[in-house]
Amino acid sequence: MATLTINGRPVTLEVADDMPLLWAIRDYVGLTGTKFGCGAGLCGACTVHVDGEATRSCITPVASADGKEITTIEGLSSAGDHPVQLAWVAEDAPQCGYCQSGQIMQAAALLADNPDPSDEDIDRAMKGNLCRCGTYNQIRAAIKHAAAAKMAGRDGEEVSA
Amino acid sequence: MTTRRQFLKVSAAVGGGLLVGFRLGAPESAMAADGEGGNSGSAGVFEPNAWIEMHPDGRTMLTVSGSEMGQGAMTVIPMMIAEELDLPWGEFDTRFAPADEAYANPALGSQVTGGSATVRGFYTKLREVGAATREMLMQAAANRWGVPLSELRTEPGVVVHTATGRQVEYKDLVADAAQLEPPEEVFTKDREDFRIIGKPTKRLDTPQKVSGQADFGIDARPDGLLQASIERCPVFGGKLKSVDAAEAKKASGVEQVIELEHGVAVLAGDWWSADQARKKLSVEWDEGELADLDDEAVDKQFQEGVKADARPARTEGRGAEALGNDENTHSATYRVPYLAHTTMEPMNATASVTDEGVTLWVPTQAPGSVQKVAAEVAGVDPAKVTVHTTFLGGGFGRRFETDFVREAVELSKRAGRPVKVIYTRPDDVRHDFYRPAAYNELSATLDDDGLPVTWVHRIAGPSIWSRVAPGMVKDGIDPAAVEGAADHPYQIENIAVSYAQVDPGIPVGFWRSVGHSQNAWIVESFLDELARRAEIDPVEYRLKLLKDDSRHVDVLKRAAEMADWGGELPEGRARGVALAKSFGSYCAQVAEVSIEDGKPRVHKVWCALDCGIAVNPAGVERQVHSSIAYGLTAALSGKITIKNGRVQEQNFNDYPAVSMDQMPEVEVGIVDSGQPPGGVGEPGLPPLAPAVVNALVSLTGKPIRRLPIELDGEA
Repeated sequence: MATLTINGRPVTLEVADDMPLLWAIRDYVGLTGTKFGCGAGLCGACTVHVDGEATRSCITPVASADGKEITTIEGLSSAGDHPVQLAWVAEDAPQCGYCQSGQIMQAAALLADNPDPSDEDIDRAMKGNLCRCGTYNQIRAAIKHAAAAKMAGRDGEEVSA
Repeated sequence: MTTRRQFLKVSAAVGGGLLVGFRLGAPESAMAADGEGGNSGSAGVFEPNAWIEMHPDGRTMLTVSGSEMGQGAMTVIPMMIAEELDLPWGEFDTRFAPADEAYANPALGSQVTGGSATVRGFYTKLREVGAATREMLMQAAANRWGVPLSELRTEPGVVVHTATGRQVEYKDLVADAAQLEPPEEVFTKDREDFRIIGKPTKRLDTPQKVSGQADFGIDARPDGLLQASIERCPVFGGKLKSVDAAEAKKASGVEQVIELEHGVAVLAGDWWSADQARKKLSVEWDEGELADLDDEAVDKQFQEGVKADARPARTEGRGAEALGNDENTHSATYRVPYLAHTTMEPMNATASVTDEGVTLWVPTQAPGSVQKVAAEVAGVDPAKVTVHTTFLGGGFGRRFETDFVREAVELSKRAGRPVKVIYTRPDDVRHDFYRPAAYNELSATLDDDGLPVTWVHRIAGPSIWSRVAPGMVKDGIDPAAVEGAADHPYQIENIAVSYAQVDPGIPVGFWRSVGHSQNAWIVESFLDELARRAEIDPVEYRLKLLKDDSRHVDVLKRAAEMADWGGELPEGRARGVALAKSFGSYCAQVAEVSIEDGKPRVHKVWCALDCGIAVNPAGVERQVHSSIAYGLTAALSGKITIKNGRVQEQNFNDYPAVSMDQMPEVEVGIVDSGQPPGGVGEPGLPPLAPAVVNALVSLTGKPIRRLPIELDGEA
């Protein structure tokens, strides 16, 4: 059992302590935007924020998230208008889209830490998030787009694509 | 029961447009709902065909007759309809088509998304569907105003009487149009009048995909759902002998354990509990005939087969007899391994079998096959099977198969509850239908100028079509095994390409670009070996062997120009080139590489693609990026290893995928030949491996004749 906050809502999860946060979120909380890809922290599709840190929810036992604040893709913004999401729309980054929740959560954490990442910073932060469709160049452009929007003190929508 | 009416039949071309004898079709499912086959649904709703539904309140629903697996079907199909319907872009909703033959891809003859066929298959039909619908709306306005149809035109969403400037919105015409007969003939636009086709257009599904709202198969949650994790026999073709499930049944959350012919399923309310309990099963397998199979045995079978049983796939001139045996003859052996697909969304299917029939939620490339298989397993009429095609978290050919559907339907039937089967990643890697491994012997005899006069290519490998559609295999030749090898474009006097079907028993299936995925590499790398021997620049060498003024030449020259081929390169870098035609499109690529820490590093790829009319150039560009990433993964690391009849790899640690830091910069040049659309989802893949390999060989001087690339590997 664990008591935590998911997207600002207090939640008590009456599940096994070792159930990965991913499955608690998907099958008990009913938020399916966070994806199962590998079950071993190897692909990043399940990335959520735990107290603001990008975290692989497929290898994070529920018990270890007790008392923490979890943000999933559904909670990143109320209307899909987080600067990273807007940048993703502006660059039309997704293809199949399955990895994109994880990509966006990883990128949002990167930009929160480092508002103006270099290509090397982007590689370092993002290389654990796999995309079999090959959207990496669009993701890189979107991260830079979001960074530029933030640097300009505006949201992503106001920066032309 | 209404009989399905015939679709469009082209009878003649008139005035730059298409004249078609026009009979509009509606899907059988829609007809059943309407009671009869009229063009109108209920309450003035205008449903002129299987793709378009227009309501008097202005809502328009377009049906997407292709699976959305990342390639952009959900955007490009509406583009083709909206162009000719003159529908304001984006002012409509979309839905994925149900399983119904009405939605068969005209290029494939079945409701399948694959073969890079969505645009090229539907290009004519969907424009005609849009144009006919537009004409019915115009006819409704002509009747209302008492003017001839010829005095009317449309602007997006509006019919206009040109002389008076009178206008009426489509929504105010749909009730009248619903009463009309479809036109006997329909005219589609000339290319210069397009306002949607040819414009880079953003995907319609992006907002859902950045907010976690897009529903994939794995997200299906019908009421009363059980979730299953299945322990399958690790040896291909093996069967369950016995299982002790006592411990698994005691595990928390487990509701049922069900024995299958090839495995044991554990069912629980949540998937993780089912998967945990699965680890407590104690299973004995009848491993069957393949229990001793390994890579060495497979290779041996191939080598024996190519000697004993190669059948001619193409013979020109004197064929293999013309092969010399002096120093002007060059020979090499090329090998490729089995490859898994590893879509990001692991295989899954959700089925609900009840007395009324079967309902499925499946990320599938083949809704028609899903319907058929589900009907067979459940023992019901296919008409009682409803298939909800969800978003696909990647397809790449893997979701053409229905193995996971079969499992879900059987489990739901036996459990008496809806069941979702989810593969773990190791399940997904170890129970795939793999890109066939292949063994290739090549020889060429060169003339005094260093150009080949004789080309001999012997292929041994498994056949995909022998399982999927045996009728496709003629005279021992599986077209998928020799595509890209038998039909290479080089003008050589004597050619002999042969194929020996050797099937070691590992399941094989369609993998992005299919036979081209290996054959382009083999042909284009061997050709580079010949060019190197002749000391002729590889672009020049190809141009000497290609027919002048061909689309091959155009893309090759364009790629070379884009890359400034022959220009200065940074220290330690080299470039390679390759050319391949596949799925109706022509593609040339130049790759720039270096070696970093003993490993290949691809810095940039220039790609020239002639895919005919590019309906969505933004989509085309992204599909090239995508094909390059997918092809690069295979070239750098893709290898399935067989030992004791089992796949050894299991996850992204030992079956890696190219990551952000390995992705090259990509520059795409769309060569506009003005030809009808060719394929886009796959043609960017075949040239990638040879372009990269040819560049690496330029750097190291050592041949690379096996994939994945090993810089110090066996030749």
